[in-house]
Amino acid sequence: MSENPAASRIPEGPEGFDAAMEPERYELLARPAYSFEMQRRDFFKVLGAGILIFCVAKEAFALQESGGGRRQFGGQPLPKEISAWLHLGENGMVTTYTGKVEVGQNVRTSLSQAVAEELRFPIEKITLVMGDTQLTPYDAGTFGSRTTPTMNLKLRQVSAAARDALIELAAKQWNTDAKDLAAADGKITDSRNNRSVEYAELLKGRQITQNIPAEDPLIPPAQWTVEGTPVPKVDGRDFVTGKHRYPSDQALPGMLYGKVLRPPAFGATLSSVDTRPAEQTAGLVVVHDGDFIGVAAPSTDGAAGAVAGIHAEWKTEPGQPSSENVFEYLKDNPEPGRGGEQNTENPPANEASAPGAQRMSATYTVAYIAHAPLEPRAALAQWTDDNHLTVWTGTQRPFGVRQELAQAFRLPEDNVRVLMPDTGAAYGGKHTGECAVEAARLAKAAKKPVKLVWTREEEFTWAYFRPVGVIDVRATLDGGQITEWEFDNYNSGGAGLESFYAIPHKTTRFHRTKYPLRQGSYRALAATANHFARESFMDELAHAAKVDPLEFRLNHLHKDDPTQGRLRAVFEAAAEKFGWGKSAKAAGHGFGMGGGFEKAGNVATFAEVAVDEKSGDVSVVRLATAFEGGAVVNPDGLRNQLTGANIMGIGGALFEHIDFANGRILNPRFSKYRVPRFSDAPKIEVVLLDRKDIPPAGAGESPIMGVASAIGNAIFDAIGTRLRAMPMAPHGLKKA
Amino acid sequence: MPRVNQLRVNGKTYTIDADATASLLFVLRDQLGLTGSKYGCGEGQCGACTVLLNGNPRRSCITKVGTAATREITTIESLEKDGKLHPVQQAFLDEGAMQCAYCTSGMIMTAVALLRANPRPSEDQIAQYMEGNICRCGTYPRIIAAVQRAAQAGTEPRA
Repeated sequence: MSENPAASRIPEGPEGFDAAMEPERYELLARPAYSFEMQRRDFFKVLGAGILIFCVAKEAFALQESGGGRRQFGGQPLPKEISAWLHLGENGMVTTYTGKVEVGQNVRTSLSQAVAEELRFPIEKITLVMGDTQLTPYDAGTFGSRTTPTMNLKLRQVSAAARDALIELAAKQWNTDAKDLAAADGKITDSRNNRSVEYAELLKGRQITQNIPAEDPLIPPAQWTVEGTPVPKVDGRDFVTGKHRYPSDQALPGMLYGKVLRPPAFGATLSSVDTRPAEQTAGLVVVHDGDFIGVAAPSTDGAAGAVAGIHAEWKTEPGQPSSENVFEYLKDNPEPGRGGEQNTENPPANEASAPGAQRMSATYTVAYIAHAPLEPRAALAQWTDDNHLTVWTGTQRPFGVRQELAQAFRLPEDNVRVLMPDTGAAYGGKHTGECAVEAARLAKAAKKPVKLVWTREEEFTWAYFRPVGVIDVRATLDGGQITEWEFDNYNSGGAGLESFYAIPHKTTRFHRTKYPLRQGSYRALAATANHFARESFMDELAHAAKVDPLEFRLNHLHKDDPTQGRLRAVFEAAAEKFGWGKSAKAAGHGFGMGGGFEKAGNVATFAEVAVDEKSGDVSVVRLATAFEGGAVVNPDGLRNQLTGANIMGIGGALFEHIDFANGRILNPRFSKYRVPRFSDAPKIEVVLLDRKDIPPAGAGESPIMGVASAIGNAIFDAIGTRLRAMPMAPHGLKKA
Repeated sequence: MPRVNQLRVNGKTYTIDADATASLLFVLRDQLGLTGSKYGCGEGQCGACTVLLNGNPRRSCITKVGTAATREITTIESLEKDGKLHPVQQAFLDEGAMQCAYCTSGMIMTAVALLRANPRPSEDQIAQYMEGNICRCGTYPRIIAAVQRAAQAGTEPRA
C-alpha cells in the first residue's frame, strides 16, 4: 500500500519503521507490546449504548508483533492488532479512538474529516480521543508520515462499517431492502417511501459491536465531500483563546514543580555532591538516586533556586570532538552495524570510463541541528498508590513512554497510564520519555504530583539532535547523461539515500560511525541531507554538462516510469509557478531548484536568493514549491505544512547549527541559536497536485527536503560559489 | 526580600504571595492558573510569554512581578468578551494562522499591541514589529495575513 520501495523489506522496529532504511532513528530501540485496556462492558458503561466498530490491523508485521498474553473480549480471545475504534452513541455523538497524536500537523482535523466523510456525519459532533494509553489502541508512534496513509484509511474503514451497519438496522426496522436506503448528515433516508431516521434513534438501547468487514468499498476520493476540502482546525478556537492545555499547562491540586541537576557536558560523571543544605530546606523534596539528582518545590523559581544551590563536582571527559573537527571524526571512526548499508544497481565499473567521459566528485556536510519545538519537553506525574502511575506528557510515542516508565519503575505496563494532550510541536524530536521518567521519579519521592518542564537550555542540550553527517558523491558524465553514480553517507542516515534518477550504474552506501552527541530522528530524517547533496551535485553536473538544470533533471526522469513520472510532474509544476527560464534576474540574485521523492511524497522547490557581496548577507527572496502525495485530504492544512516546512528548512539550510566542544553545547539558547523569524520568511507560492487515483501520503516531512539545495544552487547562480556545507551561511557568506 | 501580594490582571485584583524578583510568567501560570501565556525560552527571545503591561507588549518571562505589580496586566484570557472573539483572534482562526499554536497567544498579544499603535500596518511593518516572536512551525506568512485581516476588520464600522 505504500509507494516506498522500503515497504517491502522486513521491518525491524515498530510500524512504519524500517531499520534498514532509516537507521538514523537511533532513539527507537524497543519493540512494542500490544495491549488492550478496556473490556466491552467498560466501553458501554463509559460511553453509553450504541454501536462500536473495531479496526483490526491486517498488516503481516503487526501480526508478527502480536505475541504476549491474550485478553478476553466477550468470552472470545481479543485480537491484539486492533488499531482504532469508533463509538456512535444513542446520544448522537461519535467518539473515535486512535493512538496517534497531534503535534501541530493538524491530524485531529484531517482524521475527523475521514470519519465525517465515510460515516456521513456532521464533523462538529465527532470527538477524537488520541494518544491515551488507557483509552486508545496501541500505536507505535506518530512518525514516519504514517498517520495519513494508515490511520486515515483505518478510520475511513471503521466509519464506513458503522454507516453500513446503520443502514442494515434501518432496513430491518422498515423491513425494506438496504440497497434502497442512503446515509447522509447523520440520517438514513428511504427516499422511495419518503421517510428518514437519525442514527441515534436507531441505536436506542442497543449494544452492538463488530469488526470492520474484510471488504467494504470506501468512498473514492473523486466523490469526497468532506475529505479533500479545507476544513478549518476543528478546535482552533481553544488555541486563539489560550484555553487549550498543553502538557506544560497541566496541573493537579497540591502539585509541586520539579527541576533536575544536569551535568555540565556530555560524558561527565559525578565526583561528589552535597545535597544536605537543600534537604534541610522546608518544603523541598530532594532525590539523589544513582546518577539522578533532582528536587521538587512549591514553585518553579523555588525548584530552580534549590538546584542552583546544590554543589556538585563533575569529572568531564577531555579530548571529545568539536563542531570544528567532527566531520574528520566521523570518517575516522567507522562503526559497522547491521544491514542496509549498501544498495547496488549495476555497480559502477572500476576500469576507466569511456573516452571523453568526465569523472566528478564532491563532499557535502551537514551540522548537528536542534528541533527546538517551542514547547520544551514537559510532564506531569501522579502516583495514585505505590504501584500506579499516570503521566501527562508531550510525546510522539505515548505507548513507548509507557514502556519506558514501566521499565524505570519496574511496574507492569498495565499500571502505567500515559496521556498526550495536543502538544507544542515535536518535528521528530519527542520520541523519548526522559522528562516523564524524571517527573515520575520526583513525584514518587514527594508523594505528590510533580510537574517538570525542561528549560530551553535543557531542551537544546539534553534532547537529541538531527545527526551530523558527511556525504561523498561521485559521478561520471558522458554526452550530457550521468552514466555512473556513487553516493556514500557517513552517519547522517539512510532516508532518501537512493537516487530516483535514471542512471545505468548506481551504488549507494550508508556508513555507521561513532558520534559525539545524542542524535536521533528529525522531520524527514536524513532525507534533507541526502537531497541537499544529491540535488546540489545534480546542479554541479548540469553546469559541467552545460545543460539547463531543469532540463538536465528531466533528461534523467522518464515520463513512463511511475516514480520518475510523478517527480517530473512536480518539477514541471514548480518551474511553471516560479517562472523558470522566464523570470528576469536582478544583480546579485540567483535562481535554483531541488526536489525529490520520500515517504510517498514528491516535492520540488525553486528559490530566488539575493546575495549582498559586500556584507555577505544571503536572503531568500521567494520560493515556489509543488507537492504531490496522492489525493489531497485537506488542501488548507497541506498548504500550511508546505509553507511551514520550507520556512523551517531555510534555518537548516542557511544558519542553524549546534556549536559544541568537549561535550559542551556552546549555543543552547535562542539568543545564540538562530531560527527562522518573520524577516527570514520569503514570499512562498504553493502548488498542490491532487492525484485522486493515488492513496494520500503524509506531508509533515517530505516537503522540507528540497529547499536547502534550491537555495545553495541559487547562491551558485548568483555569485558562482558552490556551498557544500549545511548551514551554508551561518554568519553570512563572509566567514563561511 | 520584598514580597508582592497583589496583582491587577485582566481588570481583576488577585491576592498572591511572591518574591518581587520572581518571574511574572510563572506567577501568572502557577499561582493564578492563567496558562495562556507560554514558556518558550526564559530570556525574552521567543515572545510566547507576551502580555500587555499598561497596553505595552512585554516578555513576562523576564519581567519581575514587582515591576508588574504597579501596572495593569492584560493576558490572552481577557480578549474574548461575552463569547465573542477579539478581531485579532478571529483573524488568526480565519487565516488558519497556526500549526501547533504554542506561539499563538504571544503572537496575538503582540499583534493587538501593534494594531493599537499602528491600525494599518504594512507587511514589512508587521514583520518588523513581530520579529521577536518565534513560530517554529513557520506560519509567518499566515500570521502576517491574519494581522492585516484584523486591521481591515478593525476599521470597518461595527454594527
